[in-house]
Amino acid sequence: MKLFGYNLPGMSSLIIWGLLWELIGQLDVTFFVPPLSEVLATLFEIIGTPAFLKALGETGYAFVVGVFFAVFIGIPVGILMGRSRLLDELLLPWVNVFLSAPLTALVPVLMVLFGFGMKSIIITTTLFAIWIIILNSRAGVKQINRSLVEMAKSFGASPADAFFKIYFWAALPEILGGVRIGVIRAVKGVIIGQLLISIVGFGALFELYSSNFLMAHFWAVLIVLFALAFTIAEFLAYLERRVAYYAAKR
Amino acid sequence: MSLIKEAPATAEPALSEIAVSVRNISKNYGAVEALKDLTLEFPRGQLTSLLGPSGCGKTTLLKIIAGLLEPTSGEVEVNGKPVTGPGPNRAFVFQDFALLPWATVMRNVAFGLELRSINKSKREDIAAKYIKEVGLGGFENSYPHELSGGMRQRVGLARALSVDAKVLLMDEPFSAVDEQTRRKFQEDLLGLVQNENKTFIFVTHSIEEAVYVSDQIAILLPRPSRVSEIIRPSGFRHKDHDQIRRDPEYLDIVDDIWASLRSYVE
Amino acid sequence: MANRSLYLKILSAVIIFGAWEIAGRIPVSYAFPTFLESMAALGNMALDGRLWEAYAETLRPLVVGVAISTVLGIGLGLWIGLSKFFDWLVSPIFIVMQSAPLAALIPLLVMAYGIGLTSKVFVVCIMAMPVIVLNTASAVRHTPESMKEMCKSFLGTRTDMLIKIIIPAASPLIFSGLRLGVSAGFIGAILAELKITPTGVGDIITFSRSIADYPSMYAAIFSIIVLAVLFLNLLERTEKTLFKGHDRGYVSD
Repeated sequence: MKLFGYNLPGMSSLIIWGLLWELIGQLDVTFFVPPLSEVLATLFEIIGTPAFLKALGETGYAFVVGVFFAVFIGIPVGILMGRSRLLDELLLPWVNVFLSAPLTALVPVLMVLFGFGMKSIIITTTLFAIWIIILNSRAGVKQINRSLVEMAKSFGASPADAFFKIYFWAALPEILGGVRIGVIRAVKGVIIGQLLISIVGFGALFELYSSNFLMAHFWAVLIVLFALAFTIAEFLAYLERRVAYYAAKR
Repeated sequence: MSLIKEAPATAEPALSEIAVSVRNISKNYGAVEALKDLTLEFPRGQLTSLLGPSGCGKTTLLKIIAGLLEPTSGEVEVNGKPVTGPGPNRAFVFQDFALLPWATVMRNVAFGLELRSINKSKREDIAAKYIKEVGLGGFENSYPHELSGGMRQRVGLARALSVDAKVLLMDEPFSAVDEQTRRKFQEDLLGLVQNENKTFIFVTHSIEEAVYVSDQIAILLPRPSRVSEIIRPSGFRHKDHDQIRRDPEYLDIVDDIWASLRSYVE
Repeated sequence: MANRSLYLKILSAVIIFGAWEIAGRIPVSYAFPTFLESMAALGNMALDGRLWEAYAETLRPLVVGVAISTVLGIGLGLWIGLSKFFDWLVSPIFIVMQSAPLAALIPLLVMAYGIGLTSKVFVVCIMAMPVIVLNTASAVRHTPESMKEMCKSFLGTRTDMLIKIIIPAASPLIFSGLRLGVSAGFIGAILAELKITPTGVGDIITFSRSIADYPSMYAAIFSIIVLAVLFLNLLERTEKTLFKGHDRGYVSD
């Protein structure tokens, strides 16, 4: 998109939307939309406060732990499924089921079994992320070119060498792609978990602000959350591009 | 810099027998000069090849003649009229076939006519005729993904023939099919040029293909793109199709062209 | 071969349900009923009609939301794909929406629109639209160049280009975007019911939980998952048969 011959950067229209927000807020069109400037001011106010940092810490903790499990359980399971036909045929239907199932429906079960606290949220996060990670890891392993495998054998590579020098890198772009999507899902999972369980982290903050009608606070926290989610997503996309330079057209 | 090699007793075509004329065509992409000041003439009713290594601008030139690209400067005339865009007097055959995967062979072949708002039964009659002519009789209701590569290109060819344009532009049409099919296509093309009263402009990077099918070969060289030679093989043009590849003149021309192009590959 | 695959599927189902049954009998937790208990509760609810009434309630915001998202989403997607200006203006919003946890907006929607059908439809829409819009836009932008040139070379008008080339070529991706949108919409619908007001299936879940009728709770959850999975599988099969032979690529999961 060009203006006066200069290429406008990708997301620059957000500036326009920001201005629109400010305008709507200043005109007091609705109680629910305070001006952007007020929201930003509130944002800087609350960012340092203990309540916010606690919420961030709790959410961050649940997120990181949840993703950790999703990655370190999901990738090996996916790889094993890619290499063993029996395992694949047994597990794949279930992976597909949970991939398309509305996982939100499982949250009440988790609440009932594991209580209203951090444990349930972590498990929710893991559950949201793990299926796509499994699927992509499996796909990454399966699409390793037959010729690479034969090449490794013909040059007498040991299993460890074959794995670490060839297979791992060949499957990596696909696996990273799965992790990226999984992480995005994990962010949604951690939030949904908190919304339904709601006594920790950002969920608690949202409850607090909405019940007290503190709109500017509500939007401020929302912006922080969205910005974090977006940054994480972009960072992972960047990583994936760095690795994927050698990936064939997918 | 135009060396015209002729076999004996072939006169240059008279002016009214020029179907397409390209004058001082230049095409720049930013700082890159794809074509520079190119001038070329294409005699009516004959097949002229544009032959050259990759990067010499032959597909760019073809698309400019088709009206799909605009030249940075210069003129193109088809049958005396200047080219400003695609027109009913030219039809294009694409390297990757450009078929509609969701449409049957019949609809694909009739597509050019459909875009000219010709009514359904009329265009299907015309299409049916050309489907048989390219040897796809019986496949009218098949879909492209059910056909082999060679058959798909025949659909593209039938589509281009159906609109009855005077000039047929072919962009490496046989490069995406296997060798045996390719040879068959080349033979069929010779028959087509003889039977249809059209002008063919044919882009290829295969020397043997160019010498086999062409009445006139324009050799293009890259950086900057220019016409380096125009060759008019004539000694073997009347021969049987399967005798051509052993004809001494054919073999000589192929060798000569390779000798001059060789340095551009290494 | 087909037999072996079916065998293994049944085997894996038996293993999982068997594990469920055993876990329920140990019991893993007082709140974990056995598989058979849950199925019995499911049967009960089906027989006395509660299940069907509940689904009628639940599916309403889902169907309405998906319908709106489809029409608006495809329309917006086409516009974005075709107009550079509109793309620059509007894409960033949907890109942010796609990676952001939109569920966080639910409390806001409840504040603004109350607890009725409107806010539930809104929830479904905000969950479903981004993926539909972005998939459609991407499909339009990735229309094979040579097909567009072919249309131009045979003198197609701009309307011809849109209706005969761009939209048919984009259909597989649009359809798969719809499928992902429906999947997201399901999540939205359930989230709405669990969070906003319990109605329909969400009500069965929350109510059963509150009176410790765990078999019923699990039964309801089981039924929703089965429904969603079956429906999405159906969509996927339709997609495969409708678009056999097209080239496909995915822009998102």
